[in-house]
Order: sequence, then C-alpha cells, then structure tokens
Amino acid sequence: MAKSKTVVKTPKQKITKAYMKRYWQLYALLLLPMIYFFVFKYVPMEYVLIAFKKYSIVQKVWEMPWAKNHGMEYFIKAFSSKDFINSLRNTIVLNLLDLVIGFPIPIIFALILNELRFKLFKKSVQTIAYMPHFLSWVIIYGLALQLFAPTNGLVNMAIMKFGGEAVPFLNEGKHWVGTYIGLGIWQSFGWNSIIYLAAIAGISPELYEAASVDGAGRFQKMWHVTLPGIKPTIVVLLIMALGNVIGSNFDRPFALQNNLVMQNAEVISTYVYKAGIKGLQFSLTTAVGLFQSVVNVIFLLSANWLSRKLGERGIW
Amino acid sequence: MDESRVIRSFKTQIGDWIFVIICAIIALICLLPMVNLLARSLSGTDYLVRHEVYLWPKGWNFGAYKTVLSDMKYIRSFIWTAILTVMCTFLSLFMTTICAYPLMFEKLRGRGFFNIVITITMFFSAGTIPNYLLMKSLHLLNNPLVLMVPYCLSVYNMIIMRSFFYGIPDSLRESAEIDGASFFRILWSIYLPLSKPVLATLALFYAVGRWNGYSDALMYMKNKDFYPLQLLLYNILNNVNSVEVATQEGFSAPGLAESLKAAIVMFSTIPILCIYPFLQKYFIHGVTLGAVKE
Repeated sequence: MAKSKTVVKTPKQKITKAYMKRYWQLYALLLLPMIYFFVFKYVPMEYVLIAFKKYSIVQKVWEMPWAKNHGMEYFIKAFSSKDFINSLRNTIVLNLLDLVIGFPIPIIFALILNELRFKLFKKSVQTIAYMPHFLSWVIIYGLALQLFAPTNGLVNMAIMKFGGEAVPFLNEGKHWVGTYIGLGIWQSFGWNSIIYLAAIAGISPELYEAASVDGAGRFQKMWHVTLPGIKPTIVVLLIMALGNVIGSNFDRPFALQNNLVMQNAEVISTYVYKAGIKGLQFSLTTAVGLFQSVVNVIFLLSANWLSRKLGERGIW
Repeated sequence: MDESRVIRSFKTQIGDWIFVIICAIIALICLLPMVNLLARSLSGTDYLVRHEVYLWPKGWNFGAYKTVLSDMKYIRSFIWTAILTVMCTFLSLFMTTICAYPLMFEKLRGRGFFNIVITITMFFSAGTIPNYLLMKSLHLLNNPLVLMVPYCLSVYNMIIMRSFFYGIPDSLRESAEIDGASFFRILWSIYLPLSKPVLATLALFYAVGRWNGYSDALMYMKNKDFYPLQLLLYNILNNVNSVEVATQEGFSAPGLAESLKAAIVMFSTIPILCIYPFLQKYFIHGVTLGAVKE
C-alpha cells in the first residue's frame, strides 16, 4: 500500500487531470445527493445548539443567549418534568416488551414455515403474513377500533358470547400496552421473518442429511442445524433491536394512543411533538431529542462492541 | 431432497399436517381484521347497531362506499396522495441511483469520505425540532414540496441498491470502459436495464412509505388542501372535523358512522393490497440484499 503511494506520487498532477477528465461524471452524479445530505441531515445539527440556548424566534442560533446553569438549564428542566420522565419510562417499557415478546416470534414463524412441505400453501401463507407490513399505522388503528370496540367489536362480541366480560383493549392503560405490543407483532412478524427465511435457505442441505443419517428428528434438526445456521443473523438483528431500546418511532404510538391511556402511551417522540411543535417549547424538546439521540448512539455502539466481544460479527 | 426420503413415516406426516394447521391459523389471524372490516363496511346499519356483524356482511349495503366516493374532500385527497406518491417515487429512485452508482467504484477518490458522511446520518439525527426549524428556515412549511424533498433519499435503500450493483459482473462494465463508454453511458445502458428488480423493490418501498406516511404532514403541513390521505383518515377516525369531512347526514346515525369509517379505511388500503403480492419476489430479494454487510 505505502509502496504504491510513493510510486504514484511524482506524476500526481498529471494523473489527477486525466483522472478528473474521466471521473468528473461520478462527482457530478454525487453532487445532488451530497447537497441533500448536507442540507437535510447536517444543517439541522446547527439547531441542536438550541438545547443549550434560550430560544428566540428573531435571532440566529449563534446569537441566542446561553441558557442558565452553564447551558444545562433545559436538561435539568426536562429531567425534573413529570411528563418527560413518564414518556421516557414508557418508551423504554414499550421497546423492551417489543423486544422480549416481539423479537423471537419471526424466528419461530420462519422455523415453522420452513417445515411446510406444500410449496403453494407456503407461498400463500407468506403473502398473507407480509400483508400487515404494508398497512399504515393509521389504517391499523382503524382496524383495531373496529375489531376491539368495547360493545360491538368482533373480539368483545366473541368474548361476551362465551360469557366473558368486555375487555377495554384500547381504553385502559395496561390493556392498551398489550394491544400496542400485539398490533406491533401482528404488523411486523411476517416481514421480519423474510430475513430469517433467507438465512435458512442458505444452510447447506448436507448438514440436514448428515443429521438425518445420525437419526435426528424434526425438532433436533431445528435445534442443532437450523438455529445455529441462522445464529449470526439473529445476533445482528438483536444488536440493532437493542440499540433501538430508547429510540422511538412516531407513527405507531401516535396513531394508536388516545387521551384515556396517555399515562402509559406517551413516548418521547410524541412528547416532543406535543411539547415542541404544538407547545412551542423548542429548547426543552431539542434537549430531549438530543438526549435521546446520544443515548441511542451509545446503546448501538455498546451492543456492537458486546457482540464482537462475544465472538460474533458486529454490524459494521 | 424429497426423493432421498423414500417413505415418510406416519409420525412425520402427522407432524407435517400440524405445521399446516398452525400456519393456517396464523394466516387467519392476519386476515381476520381485514375481513371483519370488509364485513362491517358492507353491512346494513341496523345490523351494526344490533351487534350482529361478525365476519360476513349482513343486509348488503353499499351506501357507505357511495358516501365515500361522493365525498369530494376525500376523493381530492386520494388523488393528491396518488400524484404525490408517484412523484416521490420517481424522485427517490433518481436520487438513490445517482447516489449508489458512483459509490460503487473503488477507484473513486474520496469514496471513504462520502461513505462516512452518509453513514453518520444513519446513526445520529438532529431530531424532530431541529428538523422542524430547518423546514421553517427553508420556507418549506405548508409548501407541498415538504412532503416530497426531505425524505427523498433513504440511506438504507441506497445500500440495497449498491449491493445490487455490486452483484452485476464487473466484466460487463470493464469491457464497456475499454470501448470508451463514459460513466453516464455505462449507468444508462448497462446498469439501469439490469437493475429492474431492485428498482421495482425500491419503488415499492418508497411508494408504500409515502402512501402510508402521515407524520411529516402532521408536523409540517397546515394547509388542509395538501393533507395526504392518511392524515385525513387519522382526523376522521378521531372525529376531528368530522362535520367537514362527512358532508352527508352520515355521521349522525350511529351505525352508518361505523360502516362509513370502515369503508374509508378499506378504500385507503386497497391500492397497496392490489400491488404488493405481485412484487413479492422482488421485495424479498431486496430485504435480503439490505442485510448484506458491506
């Protein structure tokens, strides 16, 4: 490497000219995407400073005065605010439940699909299972409203028919959490299984044959051949999921929440929208957002570090 | 492998059928909410009020769909969202291609720098409020462009496309280079024609994202004329401005309100439900490509 560099060094000017004559087209193509990244991803980072400053609508960011307590005023304010602490707790609880309950299901589904011997049936089941992924959260909320309506929803009508009592799936905190997790799994398990199915397809058939010869049954093959075969995939996806424990998607909680369940349903992203864009507390919510982004990056980096430490490949 | 197993034992066959049954139940769970919705949207109002509609419509009634289809506000939003989706998809495919293609060349100087610039944005984002203030300072608030430009390039999709480009044999490109073809020409006559599967996949991803997205409109768009369908739907479901939306006497009758909501949800879902099964082969491939570590 170093050797080739020294060789190239003397006629560098010439090479650059010839190089540019040919390669300018690639830079020209990259121009627009780079402007995009600069304007929409890097310029807003300047506004992150607002977290440490007293926001003023008439001043430029660098002209705004620093916030009290060495600029930390809004972080202190956020952490002494009940609403924020509540949304932070909900974010973590909902994400952890998603992870613990939702993460294994696509794996199990992929294992089950892999056992199906009827090609056409398998393909139909897959197509149907991918369907919920293509529905928006607003539509899923619409479906849930109809399905879980307290008196005339399908589920509660069925429960009452069998002598049970109507369950407030969407209108009571604890039940809402269950519905939220359940709908999340319903929406994503099929889609998330795609990656595992691809990994399973990559396992050498010889391994299965060898296991058969050794007298392994169906479940033994699943346990000793299939699962180890997809373990790297599982680890990578687990890292990404772990890295996201404090991250929050906006569309799902915002579409599903309602005033009766805010105590359990408000998450950071929806809190930021309501307190920031609606409530105009820009400095406070920027501080909250910055806190979330930083913790998110730390989580992701440590999850990746941990997986390398454990001898698995990281995600980068 | 099937031929190698001469006779499948009775026990294995029972096992096979158990898996079939499990899968059938899973498929039913996926379909159930849609079937229920369809039944409710097509049922007579009195049956809905009397809680008699389960999975099959009772007292066939297309009134709800007629009401939806004659509501100009709804139709307008539907058409606007369709136009928006098409424009967004083309813009995004264009941006994704011109970003992924140059980054494929190992000889490109500064490639590492470009890659870092792009990767950082995947892990660290400025956040909701800085983005909002950016849109404000760019005068994009309430401008229809705000629903197209800010999310027109997804790094994840760009990586999928680049992985696909890597899969195209270098020899094709090299022979074209020897013949003196420019990089533009190589992209246009070799890479794009061979990339139809990945273009179809990404078109689906971008189109679904735009069709289903509402948070950007919620935050950046106050002008109701430019509300995408999902935001309108959100407001209808939460009875925000229901008077404005349901021009007819619809929402005054309790049963009809239910079936009307069902019909609106159904109608907003149909375009995607009609498209995605035909692209299954492509998007499965796309998801798999996205998982390839570079």
